[in-house]
Amino acid sequence: MPDSQKISPLVLVVEDYQDAREMYAAYLRFSGFRVAEATNGIEAIEKSVLLSPDIILMDLALPKMDGWEATRRLKLDERTQHIPIVALTGHALAGHAEGARQAGCDAFVTKPCLPDALVAEIQRMLASRVGDRKDTKRAPKAPGR
Amino acid sequence: MLRSASRAVQLPGDVDSKLALAEFLLTNVDFQASARRAIDWLASHTGVQQVVVAVEDATASQLLLVAEHGVSSAAIVDFSLSRDDGAHPLVQAMASVEPTFFDHGPHSFRTPIDSVPFHVIPLRSDDASPAHGILLASAVGPELHPEVAWLGRMLSRQVDRLLSRHTVAETRVGQERMLLYSIINAVTDPILLTDVEGKLIIANTHAEKLFAAPEDASEGWRRAVGLNNMLFSAALSTSAVAQLEPARRELLLVDPLEGSDLLFELLSSRAKDERQGTYVVSILRNVTDLARAKEEIEESYRTLRLAQADVRDERHRLDLIIDSVADPILVTDQEGDIVLLNEPAERLFNVPPSAGEPAQRHVRANGAHLTSFVSNVLTRTGEQRYRGEIQLSDPLTGRALPVEGVAGTILSEQGELMWVVTILHDLTEAIEKAKLYERLKQGSEELERKVQEATADIAEQNELLRRQHIALEQASALKSQFLANMSHEFRTPLNAILGYTHMLLNGVTGVVTDSQRKSLTRIDSNSRHLLALINDILDITRIEAGRMPLNLSTFQVQELVREVMSELEPIVKRSNLSVTARTRGTLPSLKSDRQKVKQILLNLLSNALKFTPTGAVTITASYDERRRSIAVAVRDTGVGIPLPDQTQVFEDFRQLDNSPARGYGGTGLGLSICRRLSQMLGGSIELDSEPGQGSTFTLRLPSRPKRR
Repeated sequence: MPDSQKISPLVLVVEDYQDAREMYAAYLRFSGFRVAEATNGIEAIEKSVLLSPDIILMDLALPKMDGWEATRRLKLDERTQHIPIVALTGHALAGHAEGARQAGCDAFVTKPCLPDALVAEIQRMLASRVGDRKDTKRAPKAPGR
Repeated sequence: MLRSASRAVQLPGDVDSKLALAEFLLTNVDFQASARRAIDWLASHTGVQQVVVAVEDATASQLLLVAEHGVSSAAIVDFSLSRDDGAHPLVQAMASVEPTFFDHGPHSFRTPIDSVPFHVIPLRSDDASPAHGILLASAVGPELHPEVAWLGRMLSRQVDRLLSRHTVAETRVGQERMLLYSIINAVTDPILLTDVEGKLIIANTHAEKLFAAPEDASEGWRRAVGLNNMLFSAALSTSAVAQLEPARRELLLVDPLEGSDLLFELLSSRAKDERQGTYVVSILRNVTDLARAKEEIEESYRTLRLAQADVRDERHRLDLIIDSVADPILVTDQEGDIVLLNEPAERLFNVPPSAGEPAQRHVRANGAHLTSFVSNVLTRTGEQRYRGEIQLSDPLTGRALPVEGVAGTILSEQGELMWVVTILHDLTEAIEKAKLYERLKQGSEELERKVQEATADIAEQNELLRRQHIALEQASALKSQFLANMSHEFRTPLNAILGYTHMLLNGVTGVVTDSQRKSLTRIDSNSRHLLALINDILDITRIEAGRMPLNLSTFQVQELVREVMSELEPIVKRSNLSVTARTRGTLPSLKSDRQKVKQILLNLLSNALKFTPTGAVTITASYDERRRSIAVAVRDTGVGIPLPDQTQVFEDFRQLDNSPARGYGGTGLGLSICRRLSQMLGGSIELDSEPGQGSTFTLRLPSRPKRR
């Protein structure tokens, strides 16, 4: 749980299915995170540039611009390329995970994913990022996720 | 036995013979004998060709021939010279003292020597006396041969003596005898005069050659002569001689000089002489050549007979051969008339009149067809062969008889056409065969057409099948895609259901009551079951679509078994069952997809726990050396499965308790997935069970994946 003195991390939840988006957002807030929401790829890129979230939870099947394309663009953009992205998909087929990794996703979570498990994954990602950032000046490379 | 009485045989040797002659002439009193001896000597020693001695008769009016040599018989017969004919040159020569030379004739007077030059030597005892005889000797010139002169003197001394001792009559007889000799000698056949015992009296020169040998003759000659005498005597002594009629017989003698056989016809006849008794005159006619000729003629005749027999045999053989040929053969002459035909041809072109008028009509028609056919080679010049078809008919049945004919010409050595040989071959069978062949060909073509149609049909079917196969594959791919999509679509709402249930249970929206918690827990467990179903369907879909990749690694089975047992530890604890794992013998490591083997074992063990109310579950790992496979048997003491249902448990959505609200939970797809996975890994799952006794599920896997 984040300290009250500190500003809690901002999670951008990108999900077109409202029930799921609001469920994850509610549970993340319940768990102490700040939450921003986006419903498609384009909006995800705009909000990422505008809000510069600490982490992005990205569903892959999205209208207008899908999650793979949005991830690729975010990772090409200097302003957003440092933000870790956790891909979220209902397709358990191997191709989806591989495609997400190639597009630049840092982690991969398969639906159904209980809110507990999702929060745990986000905390794990952020913890390794925080360590990264602290050690940036001493060690250029992170010791892996 | 046989002695020559006609002439003394002269001995060769000049001096000796001349001395012997002189001695003879001096001692002999018979002038004629002397004259003959002298002439013979002269002829054999001087080469004088013709010699004649003539003396006066008793009346001294006529000159008589007493000896001659080389003079023709005619000249001897014709010789007649009157002593008184003073004008006759020979009489004048006689009157002369010296020898007279006459050049060669012809002369105007008669003379025994006429055609060659000759001397006439008067024979007188001394120059003062008149001559009583003359010696005529042929000469090569006017010069008188010394020996002739010598003989003239020798005979001159004797001429008086002669006349004083011998009668003229005797001289005349002697002349006649001499004539007879010359006649006999002139005959070319050997002539012999013998007594009835065969003793020789007179023989002519030809007979002498056979029956007398000169003193200097060789041994062979003498023997041949002796043999001939014996044969001749034997021939005469037979009864034929006794008859008066001339007897003919054959007599085989030997040529004393040649040694060859000579065949004679012997003609013997008796001659009666009142004074001297009976004689036998034998004439031998040489028939050697005749016999030879006869033999040759007989030989030729025999050869001819043999040749004729050969020709007959040949002809007979030829007839047999021609008759044995099944095809009709005919030979026609240049007029087109049939000169020869074999038996099969006879049936077509020559039937007996008894065959009836229709048959004769057919024969005539056949003949006409043949004639027109043969005329093809007769009229076409230069072509020796003609081939064509003829429509004949069988005279006896009237059946049409198509034949193929080949006509060939036989030419003489001069190139003239002699005969035409025609061979006919029945085409009925060939035509029949051609028809059959045609039918067969049609049948074959029909068959081929049908085969082609069938093949086309099959090809079409194949194409259809191929398309169906493609369509099925596409359908299958679509199905897989659909199922994949469907599972995704299921997950999305399920995700929300599970998520909100979870949030409520976690008190995100506030405190929940116990009864609310109970309901939320039911929602949660049913949602989880639905998710498991969706995951299993997704697995089956992946396996069937071939989209389940294999990740091979090498690991120890016992280790995996322990891992599975520890994962199921909470369930084991709840079940109150005794669960043990053991290993039989030593196990090699297993190379396979660890994750999938684990999934199978998890499924089998959880099934065993699920269907065993009480008792024990035993996991046994073993290695089959022979099959090189590792077996993991999961044995329980549960409800068991009846035999008829044992295959059904591997089918999709099958539990023995088929009710929707299954008492045992699970999707009903577990064993179905296990079997699919084990097959994917090259192995199998076997079931051994009895109701009430429990079940044993055995997973068998090759220790190393089989290469395909």
